[in-house]
Amino acid sequence: MSTLTDHTSQRASGSELTPADLRDLRRLAGLMIPAAAEYDVPGADDEAIFSDIVRSLGRDQNDVRKALTTLRELAGDDFAALVDAEAEATAMALLRREVPEITALGRAVLQCYYRDDRVVRSLGLEPRPPYPRGHVLKQGDWSLLDAVRTRPRMWRDVDGKGD
Amino acid sequence: MAAAEDLAVPRPVDEIVDVLIIGSGASGAAVAWGLVGTRLKILCLEQGDWIKPADFPANGRDWEARRYADFDISPNRRARDTDYPVNDDNSPMKVANFNGVGGGTILFTAHFPRMHPSDFRVRTLDGVAEDWPIDYWTLEPYFTENDRMMGVAGLAGDPAYPAHEPTMPPVPLGRSGTCYARALNKLGWHWWPSEISIATSEYDGRAKCINLGHCTPGCAQGAKASVDITYWPRVLRAGVELRTRCRVREITTNKHDMATGVIYYDPTGTERFQPAEIVILAANGIGTPRLLLNSASSRFPNGLANSSGLVGRNLMLHPWPQVSGYVAEELDGDRGPQTVMWSKEFYETDASRGFVRGYTLQFGRGTGPVNEAITNLGTGRLPWGRGHHRAYRTLMYRRLLVGVACEDLPEEHNRVMLDPVLKDSHGIPAAMIDYTISENTRAMMEHGIARATEILEAAGAKNTFASRIVLNSPGHLLGTARMGIDPATSVVNEWGRSHDVKNLFIVDGSIWVTSGGVNPTSTIQALALYVADSIKQRLATLFD
Repeated sequence: MSTLTDHTSQRASGSELTPADLRDLRRLAGLMIPAAAEYDVPGADDEAIFSDIVRSLGRDQNDVRKALTTLRELAGDDFAALVDAEAEATAMALLRREVPEITALGRAVLQCYYRDDRVVRSLGLEPRPPYPRGHVLKQGDWSLLDAVRTRPRMWRDVDGKGD
Repeated sequence: MAAAEDLAVPRPVDEIVDVLIIGSGASGAAVAWGLVGTRLKILCLEQGDWIKPADFPANGRDWEARRYADFDISPNRRARDTDYPVNDDNSPMKVANFNGVGGGTILFTAHFPRMHPSDFRVRTLDGVAEDWPIDYWTLEPYFTENDRMMGVAGLAGDPAYPAHEPTMPPVPLGRSGTCYARALNKLGWHWWPSEISIATSEYDGRAKCINLGHCTPGCAQGAKASVDITYWPRVLRAGVELRTRCRVREITTNKHDMATGVIYYDPTGTERFQPAEIVILAANGIGTPRLLLNSASSRFPNGLANSSGLVGRNLMLHPWPQVSGYVAEELDGDRGPQTVMWSKEFYETDASRGFVRGYTLQFGRGTGPVNEAITNLGTGRLPWGRGHHRAYRTLMYRRLLVGVACEDLPEEHNRVMLDPVLKDSHGIPAAMIDYTISENTRAMMEHGIARATEILEAAGAKNTFASRIVLNSPGHLLGTARMGIDPATSVVNEWGRSHDVKNLFIVDGSIWVTSGGVNPTSTIQALALYVADSIKQRLATLFD
């Protein structure tokens, strides 16, 4: 992963995540996006990706902390103690909730996971910013416009000044 | 504190200028350009900064994340120190803007349709809202001048518009556009390549688009026509002064009910007085009424220029549902300008549809890997857990997206007010909006969603999904100080001058009478050029 300028963490507010928060968040991230040998990709709990997630929480930090509080409530207070199947079921129960903190949690994980070099390469993309190389965009089939060119005027000549 | 009474407070006084423009965005830049050559001394105060191309997200690997951070379109989330908060809790649609040289054009998609002739005759044609006091043809030469200044890619011959010539070839159809075009032809519905203010060839010193695919959070290539790189370099060379990080608190007036200047905070936070012979507001449909309401005084107890009571009312936000669907073949994704074409098939009123007025269908390409994941999560197609990777690979770059740009009719209860509690970093009361979507618009939205779904299905898309409310989108802030001939039912006259304060002008989206079903920047700028020309032509009798 190339070095990131730390733009997204500029607006972090509130206190840092506690060690317990970090432990639960890492386990949760690994359940949200697990590693997959089939695609040769790490999980979101991978050390580099998880560090990026924590460093980049920024404006979402309070919402993520709120989501972790709910996670622990769903887990009966100790998410870390759950066996894998229970932890997975608890995580999915949390993630099904349509509340802002879950949206923020998802965004916090996805925005770091899908910029990891290994993940980006596995998608057949180059791990680089858009600028300065840009992309190639083909013209497409302009002959399709012929069917529209022959249409009569559609706009209403309300002022009697049209062509 | 009432402005006029407050002038006794000692504060530094700047040298008087002939024209003071508040805001350097789409309309502020255009009105400044329209006034150069008059030999008037012109100053623009802008509360934000210049944005350097190297600062745009597309330069770095966190380019997608930054659209949710320091380049978020919501001022409340972005929360730069140059932003002001807006309380939009009482609105299903949230406010989008940008504060900096270029204003909203820094973060716009550059979709650049003009209003249609019928948009100016809504009352006459459809019996709702009000007619504009001007028509399309009044603005036509200013549309042309603005197209030349901004640089517009497009194709002449669209049967949905009066004849005009875009200045550059259209953006490519690409795979996504070809897919949409086939579907629309199958249905027999209109489409045309969008007019977009993106340079598809080198234009006026600007490099051509290289398909960064990340137009909205600023164009690092400089191909997108934000006014910091189109109008402002020319305006500055012509001698206009632009001061950044200067936030205006209120407009002051004298006993003759004339504006005398503004009280503002300079970059050090010092409160200063800037005298001016003419004040022009170009602060957008939220910022302008906020400033007028914050300029209340003993002679203007309900806010400046507000004898009609309409300052802040008739807020129009353009509800903009989006419908997506997934096809089997790979599309353009983020590898090109985000918008590609429009359809005006349902733009003009057809009473059989159950609503008046209409909408533009706007066809998009896609976004990068992060935003595709976030969006696909939102459409319910991307699961968490063990199925995540397989699903993602069937979705990425396979999403078609149709936006429904609905005309939003003016309603007085939709309004901008001052928040009794919330303030910006200088202690200036913030704006608070109260907005609901009308029944007519809701019917229009449902019609548009159904038609967009038909198009996607004709394109072979599966799993279509409609988002009725897209947060912080589109950021079109219109109607809150509308123009008109009658001072009882409008805030400014037919050439942008306040009915109440004869040296106060407004040129931003506030003065719109109705909203049309199009992105507004092209028409906002044409209006600003028209107001500038009106001022020039009346200089000898401007305050009569």
